Amino acid sequence: MLGFALGLIATLLHAALVFAAAPLVAGVVGKIRAWALGRRGAPVWQPYLQLYKLLRKSTLVPETATELFALWPVACFLATAVAMLLVPSFCTGMLTAPLGDFITLIGLFAIARAATMLGGMETGFGFGGAGAGREVLFSIFAEAALLVALLCFVLLAHGATVDGIAVAFDTQHIGISVSLGFALAALLAVALTETGRIPTDNPSGHLELAMVHEAMLLEYSGRFLLLFEYAAMLRLLLWMDLIGAIFIPFRLGQAGDVFSWPGGLLLWVLKIGAMAVVLPLFEVSTAKMRVFRVPEFLGAAMLLGFLASVFLFVAARIGS
Amino acid sequence: MSLTFSLAHLMGGIVLLCGFLLLSQRRLAAMITLYQIQACVLAAAAFWQGWAQHELNLYLTGIITLALKGLLLPYGLRQIVLRFNLRRAVESGMGMALSLILGVGLIGIAVLVVLPSTMRAVSLTREDLAIALSVVLLGLLVMVSRRSALAQIIGFLSTENGLVLAAIGMPGMPFVAEFSVALLVLLAFLVVGVFLLRIREHFDTLDVTGIEAIERRGR
Repeated sequence: MLGFALGLIATLLHAALVFAAAPLVAGVVGKIRAWALGRRGAPVWQPYLQLYKLLRKSTLVPETATELFALWPVACFLATAVAMLLVPSFCTGMLTAPLGDFITLIGLFAIARAATMLGGMETGFGFGGAGAGREVLFSIFAEAALLVALLCFVLLAHGATVDGIAVAFDTQHIGISVSLGFALAALLAVALTETGRIPTDNPSGHLELAMVHEAMLLEYSGRFLLLFEYAAMLRLLLWMDLIGAIFIPFRLGQAGDVFSWPGGLLLWVLKIGAMAVVLPLFEVSTAKMRVFRVPEFLGAAMLLGFLASVFLFVAARIGS
Repeated sequence: MSLTFSLAHLMGGIVLLCGFLLLSQRRLAAMITLYQIQACVLAAAAFWQGWAQHELNLYLTGIITLALKGLLLPYGLRQIVLRFNLRRAVESGMGMALSLILGVGLIGIAVLVVLPSTMRAVSLTREDLAIALSVVLLGLLVMVSRRSALAQIIGFLSTENGLVLAAIGMPGMPFVAEFSVALLVLLAFLVVGVFLLRIREHFDTLDVTGIEAIERRGR
């Protein structure tokens, strides 16, 4: 009973933290990016103000849109929010842990992506369709890369839930293996694509021709746009959590042990903070790729994930 | 599994990763940077092995690697790019996807060849050897798949990195061998530099397809 109650509290705390902190993370990333470019940048709480502004603005529905126009932002947001609940942040063993299968997670990403793409094509204008087309082109390779990287984790951790993988990598003596390095490289490439960061897409671009993610949202306004923007912020934090949970799972708290929470929380803040610093620094040091180079980039990621599994398989078969 | 092994293993993995990314790059500047990173990680691996094995020679190898391949050769390569005004994308002889898939196949072959034939050794040393062989093969693939002479040189240099990686992982490798390999690479680089100059004088480009055309005419 106590364990259940603690698990419930941990889950609620996790939900409150991630949903509250997602805009802040986006703000910190934007701020450091501006600093790296030699600008002053907006204050770190700017995304909150932006969301509040969108909340008060009127919501327009284009004449050419169907009744489903309002459905896509909600579907995108809900899928991302559910995925957010499944990935552990500061502690493992939350109530949602047994549901957090990695393949479920990939499916939720796919639902969110599909909703965004359908929303982009809803009004039938050119840029939305182009954006959706590019997103499809990227996601084929991104999903495949994610699946082959997952194969490597499952082989190492003997389980497919994110929570289980984190616990296994924390407690078992996996050591540093080349396979995990390859899988990390593959996962980082997929994460950059999924969150629409620089080598594949520019989150702060204003040219419709070069947009991918933003192009699909051009027709949305007001609360619908709020849902999409909030979902994008959640997705950024979600990927940071995911990479943090799998590759830096050390000293994660446990839901059943209250005294391990503060340490877990502190480390979580440090992890997310470090990633929020590294990401913009990486972004300003690279250039955006041409659209048709991205499948190559993701194809390389897929092959890296594949290599990770090859190393594991061969080592297991021949006997290590 | 001690820290000694896993750190050495990790560095080997990074060297292999650099070798693989070298294959996926289209621009000379990026290739040179990747080669430099590879050489620096290799030097770090040599220092680490030197510390772990209490071997002075490995420190010397590390210093040579760092000075020669981490600083001097990339500088030379960048100078060549600047002097010859080569700021362009590398023409690759085959599709990027095909060369990447071939790269994965080569790594698979290296693993399949090395692991069964070294059954008696310590497991991680065997994997290190497989990684080193993969780096060598990937370097060769870069040489085959690129048309620019400079990119081929980078492939050659990365091949040599793989050899050094194999050498520092094995205890008891005589220092003379490593030293002579390093010297050989420096000499080869100088000779190749002169070659590049000649190729450019004759064809106005570093693309080696011109040479192949002449060869065909000669027959």
